[in-house]
Amino acid sequence: MTARIFDFGVDAVLISFGDQLSDKANTAALALSAAIKAEDIGGVAEVSTSLVSVVVRLDVQQFDRADLIAKLQAMLDRCDWTARPGPKAPRLWEVPCVFGTDLAPQLAEAAALAGLTPEQAICALTDRPLRVQTIGFAPGQPYLGRLDPAWDIPRQTELTSQVPVGALTVAIRQIVLFSVPSPTGWRHVGQTALRLFDPARETPVLLRAGDEILFRAVDRAGLEAARAAGGAQVIPWR
Amino acid sequence: MAITVLRAGPAVTVQDMGRPGWLAQGLSQGGAMDRLALIEGAALLGQPETLATLEIAGSFVSLRAQTALRLALTGAAMRASCDGAPLVWNAVHAIPAGSILDVTALNSGYGYLSFGGGIDAPVLLGGRSVHLAAGLGRAVHGADVLQIGPDRRRRTGLQLRVPDRCAATSIRFTRGPQTARFDADTLARFQATRFTKDARGNRMGQRLTGGQFAAADGLAILSEAVLPGDIQITGDGTAFVLLAECQTTGGYPRVGRILSCDIPSFVQLPLGAEFGLRFVEIDRALEIEQVEARRRQTLSDALVPLIRDPATIPDLLGYQLISGVSCGDELDPHPGEKD
Repeated sequence: MTARIFDFGVDAVLISFGDQLSDKANTAALALSAAIKAEDIGGVAEVSTSLVSVVVRLDVQQFDRADLIAKLQAMLDRCDWTARPGPKAPRLWEVPCVFGTDLAPQLAEAAALAGLTPEQAICALTDRPLRVQTIGFAPGQPYLGRLDPAWDIPRQTELTSQVPVGALTVAIRQIVLFSVPSPTGWRHVGQTALRLFDPARETPVLLRAGDEILFRAVDRAGLEAARAAGGAQVIPWR
Repeated sequence: MAITVLRAGPAVTVQDMGRPGWLAQGLSQGGAMDRLALIEGAALLGQPETLATLEIAGSFVSLRAQTALRLALTGAAMRASCDGAPLVWNAVHAIPAGSILDVTALNSGYGYLSFGGGIDAPVLLGGRSVHLAAGLGRAVHGADVLQIGPDRRRRTGLQLRVPDRCAATSIRFTRGPQTARFDADTLARFQATRFTKDARGNRMGQRLTGGQFAAADGLAILSEAVLPGDIQITGDGTAFVLLAECQTTGGYPRVGRILSCDIPSFVQLPLGAEFGLRFVEIDRALEIEQVEARRRQTLSDALVPLIRDPATIPDLLGYQLISGVSCGDELDPHPGEKD
């Protein structure tokens, strides 16, 4: 897997680790992004990651564009980013979640597509931490993964007209948690009390790419208790 | 200093240059759709272009100035008046305390009201601009009061002589990460297409009509970062241009990215007007952007005294016709740097 730098208009480049989602490509993007930020290169205006790529915005009015790209290429060539262990997750969150019931009506349907019973599906979604692969689309909205191959289930062709804030949805071996009420083609299998984006909060965006999340199945009362406690808590690394 | 909103149509919002630096948190930069209009307003007023303004998106607003203030009108020309007397567009005016300002769009373009001292709206996440898609702030309503910051300058009666950008026929775009996924024939056909804007445009993006296009493996593209100016080809093959409040990731193939300096012309294209999208390579695009950046830094060279036709002044005899025109700073080389 070779990384490539693509022009992205005049004032940005995209550094891509291929066109397939894999844990290796995702962790490589996170590691490279962290390294570019740490390098603090003059003329690099902003660094962000998506699933398997890093976007770098450039100040091409004050700095030489070709020179900036050469510096990024030198960083890329410094090591095999895909062979490195991923950066240690900054934080591990425990997130209470109601699976199924009227709060998350598509659990049985999604489980069946994955060849699982609802009970097996809940087990599969709660038995290990899942990494925040990227934050994107809407403010604070995380993509989590990677789920086992059984969860390579397609998006619905018809959109669900609206899922609420905190909805846990699945498709294509990933989970998306919704930060704003939204229509979606992803199946709604769980409901959390997470407030992923709150502009009035000191830290408006709750999660960061690279964080890990461990879901814990609770009943409705457990969800309400979690809501009162802010929806999630960081648990210390063992 | 403050202004009271008497009436406001839809999509009248406080806008500045947006909030850079939040892409990793999923928040696009947002800010004014036509940033050049903010720079022009700042040149007219002699103040920094970072101050917040009022954006009117093909709509109307009626305001009362609670105190005397200075007002610059830029962007898409609109019908503007102060207590019923017409106000010239692309100019800076002295507005007496208690005046009623009426501004009404003539088409779908974006007009800007910049005030001396700027709109002192609350700062949220490092910016004053309303980001409708992210739920940061809201459009202005009747009875809202907008605070205005302290105005240290006094000059008025100036006009900015700039080319009209509201009738462009060609918009330039350059290479993006997926341009190479479109074959030469498709790119040639794309550039030969006469596009028009679909009525379904907003601050997030603008759908275009004119043709259907496809990339190789178009539906298999993994989601990655998108930026304003991206021209994506949606599921039905039509082109959709991402704008100030676009999402931060997307999985549709993208033909390329419109040059930042051509975005003002693009957003001001009226509905129904035909235009082309022309590809330029990155090196050429960089030159174009640099030339335009230099022009914008010297906009104050294009300031000229506002000449009013006495025949259109209803209360001519009420004016002090001698003196009182110059406040001495019109010819400052870089008025924006003094504050």
